[in-house]
Amino acid sequence: MKIMYWALPLAAWVLSPLMLGIINRVKAFFAGRRGPPVWQLYYDLFKLLQKASVYSKSTSMVIRVAPSVVLACMALCTLMLPWGELQAPVTFVGDIILLAYLLGLARFATVLAALDTGSSFEGMGASREVQFAALAEPSFFLGMLVLVLHFGFSGLSDMVSGISLETWHTSGVLLILVGCSWFVLLLAENSRIPVDDPNTHLELTMIHEVMVLDYSGPDFAFILYVASLKMWIFAALVVNLVVPMHSLTPWLQAPVFLLGIVFVMVLVGVVESILARLRLQQIPKVLLGSAILSLIALIVRLMG
Amino acid sequence: MTIISVLLILSCLLLLGSSRLHVAIRVVAAQGILLGVLPLIRAVGDIHYGIWILGLSTIISKGILLPWLMTVCVRLSGIRREIEPFVGFGPSLLCGTALLGLAVWITTRLQLTPAEAPLVLLTSSFFAIFVGLFLMVARRQAITQSLAYLVLENGVYGVGVCMSLDFPFIVELGILLDVFVGVFLMGNLLFHLDREFEHLDTDKLTELSDLSAPATAVEEHA
Amino acid sequence: MTLLLLTILLPAVAGTASYFIRPHRWRRLLWGTTAALHLALSVTAALPMNATPLDHWIGMDSLSAIFLVLTSLLFLGATVYGIGYVAREPVTGQLDFEDGSLFKNEPESIFTGAILLLLAAMTLAILSRHLALQWVAIEATTLASAPLIYYHQNRRSLEAAWKYLILCSVGIAVALLGIFFIRMTIQDSPHELTLATLLERASTLNHKWLSTAFIFMLVGYGTKMGLAPMHTWLPDAHSEAPSPVSAMLSGALLNCAFLGILRVQQICAAAGMASFGGDLLILFGLVSMGLAGVFILRQADYKRMLAYSSVEHMGILALGVGLGGLGLFGSLLHAVNHSIVKAMLFLTAGNILSRFHTKDTTKIQGVRDALPISGALWIAGFLAVTGSPPFGTFISEFTILRAVVDQGRWVVAALYVVFLLLAFVGMAGIVLRMALGRSEVNRVREPLTTVLSPLVFAVIAILLGVYLPGPLADKLHDAAQLLGGMAK
Repeated sequence: MKIMYWALPLAAWVLSPLMLGIINRVKAFFAGRRGPPVWQLYYDLFKLLQKASVYSKSTSMVIRVAPSVVLACMALCTLMLPWGELQAPVTFVGDIILLAYLLGLARFATVLAALDTGSSFEGMGASREVQFAALAEPSFFLGMLVLVLHFGFSGLSDMVSGISLETWHTSGVLLILVGCSWFVLLLAENSRIPVDDPNTHLELTMIHEVMVLDYSGPDFAFILYVASLKMWIFAALVVNLVVPMHSLTPWLQAPVFLLGIVFVMVLVGVVESILARLRLQQIPKVLLGSAILSLIALIVRLMG
Repeated sequence: MTIISVLLILSCLLLLGSSRLHVAIRVVAAQGILLGVLPLIRAVGDIHYGIWILGLSTIISKGILLPWLMTVCVRLSGIRREIEPFVGFGPSLLCGTALLGLAVWITTRLQLTPAEAPLVLLTSSFFAIFVGLFLMVARRQAITQSLAYLVLENGVYGVGVCMSLDFPFIVELGILLDVFVGVFLMGNLLFHLDREFEHLDTDKLTELSDLSAPATAVEEHA
Repeated sequence: MTLLLLTILLPAVAGTASYFIRPHRWRRLLWGTTAALHLALSVTAALPMNATPLDHWIGMDSLSAIFLVLTSLLFLGATVYGIGYVAREPVTGQLDFEDGSLFKNEPESIFTGAILLLLAAMTLAILSRHLALQWVAIEATTLASAPLIYYHQNRRSLEAAWKYLILCSVGIAVALLGIFFIRMTIQDSPHELTLATLLERASTLNHKWLSTAFIFMLVGYGTKMGLAPMHTWLPDAHSEAPSPVSAMLSGALLNCAFLGILRVQQICAAAGMASFGGDLLILFGLVSMGLAGVFILRQADYKRMLAYSSVEHMGILALGVGLGGLGLFGSLLHAVNHSIVKAMLFLTAGNILSRFHTKDTTKIQGVRDALPISGALWIAGFLAVTGSPPFGTFISEFTILRAVVDQGRWVVAALYVVFLLLAFVGMAGIVLRMALGRSEVNRVREPLTTVLSPLVFAVIAILLGVYLPGPLADKLHDAAQLLGGMAK
């Protein structure tokens, strides 16, 4: 039923702040603290929406528009995510490329807004962000190439709905390799350790955080919400790839999907707690490494 | 077998990107173990005792004994990291990607059918050969050079397994023994190198060279 | 068959045993008797050729017969010299005369054990009929000779031994890859890599794989043989090793690597691809000759000069094989001549070194004055190694020149002559300056062991220049024909 398909984006819109809360809780657990409640982001968003936005005198219209643009892009992206066999509301041939470019558009808007503030710190954050984004692109597209070669070029929903236990038997290596590569991509795009520390207050070490320094009020609420949506999108991509949904009964797929996303969040929390943030010069190596993982998957697909 | 090939490629990449000698030794040990298991997997169906002996001796010599020797060398000489190499570690990874491409190209040029040889394993073996040669040239530590030799031999052995050679296992054991004694001798020389020169930087081993003026010989006598 | 096994096992067992023998006298006795017995066994095995059947693993054909007797003879000469040499070396530490550092020789038991194991490995390499077995043997020779280069345990020999071990091992690993490719040339099972199987099926071998395999094996074994540009280990290793070891390395070990290349050429020739590698071999040969000639010109160390001369002669060998036909015959003859002459030169150089205590050519003069016999041998050796009559090297180099001219390759001929001239001029300057003039050290009586071997070698070299003995000539003809050349 078509209406059923809208349950997915709805779940994304409602549940994504919860996921960020889960990550923080896991990190607190590892640090021996109790940590903030998992609903903390909802409270923050509520609080921020009630405030007014303050804009710096040196900014123009860009920074006023950017949060809305970014929110729109992310919302559109969530419309294209499938859950296993359950199709996304919007699906057509080549939608995965639209997904990639919508994410790119969101990043573009953020970067432009950061440059608009005229502050050198944000400019520095913007330049780092685009540099690492450029290095992270190959991972995504190579992984996509492997998927396309293996499943045929169609909509994301169709590609992913065929993954079953049998696929694991025959080409499990591919799935693991691309899965790992996309997990590293998740860490990079969402500014997690080891690429960027979301809790850092040292401006010289920030990448993403520094770009959003100048937002306040509802704008800031949008930005925070978009961060959680982005995390959900990437987690959904990884879960769709790795979990053999096709082998489960349809009623089981939705809960398993949710469980998968929670598991990815926990994993992110664990990774953040175990690893230390890398020096900036080492980050290209990590991104290159993730691209190479996808490259290896491509080679295995072409040769094997 | 695909898994072994992929692990082989990943281990070579790790060698290219890491500067710590302990990591490099562990990685080469893991490669040795992988290659010891390989003939057992490849010959599934008609395994006879020869293959068991070969596999086990490969695992023991390349996976346990030689890494132990290398670790002792590293510990005695007090070196922990690679000295600034000719090709930095980031560029090494890029070169590794290029070498991977080269390995793929060569494998496709050979025009073998998958029935004759497992192509992924062949690609990863060629990649290991190239990485071994690259490390030999681009790194300065003498210990890394002997590890590079081991990686080279691993790659050649991988190619051999792909081509399903029918050597009686005595010959294979002979090859293994040669490699083992070779690296053992290298380790021995490493001890002496460290004692004599107080460093293991092969870039500084230039006392014997014809490209420097003969005047140096005269100066030594003066 | 058992005879052949005995020639391999005898030095192997003796080598292992000598590591454990404590008293020097017994060990040297074992060494000497093993050398003599080995020569006797080799000659016995080599002469009645048709009697030994070609087994799958080891066997004797005319090519191996030549090289085996040659190696054995060189070993005996080196042993006679070597026993005196190690007897004269001081037991405690001594001062290095080049940089004044203190060094101590490695234990004589290791030295003797290693040199005997080297002989065993070389014998196995010469006699083996299975390509992988030959590879194992050649790698074993590298391993056995590394401790020998490091005998003096000082900085320079350590550096030389390290470069030698790494470069030769890498080269030989490449050759192993080539051997694996040869397996792919066989279309249907059994996929055996024995020479017998390969030669039998020669017409059905896959040419594409065979050419790739040939290139790899040429580069791989060429590294061990000392062809430029893979020769960089050779000057260091051959000059830093003690003189009897240098004689063995230059005289016998380079030939073993040459044999590896010859076997591949044999297979290629049987498969109808004899001219494929020809141009490649000629290229390597000329490059080696040129490079070596250039480095001989201003060489300050006379042992290094001899090492570069070895590179040059290996280039001549490669050139001859590349030409095919008459050149092949000349190449084989030259291998014999060069080994004898180079061994003589290195042993004589050892005498000079122990008397004058320096390797610097500018510091030595009047060798003929101080050491009359060695001086005469030094000059004679120079004449021989540059290819002057009446020595055997003249005949072999001239034969190769004839082959080049016959084929009408004028550029190759011109380069060949120019490079030979280059080496002649270079060595003349160094050797004659060293040999003539008045010397500052006194004349001493030279011990018998130091001059006996070089004298015998010199006599053989002259003999080969004047008259080629029947059995040797027959074997050479046979070997050349095996490799696809034509008899003279």
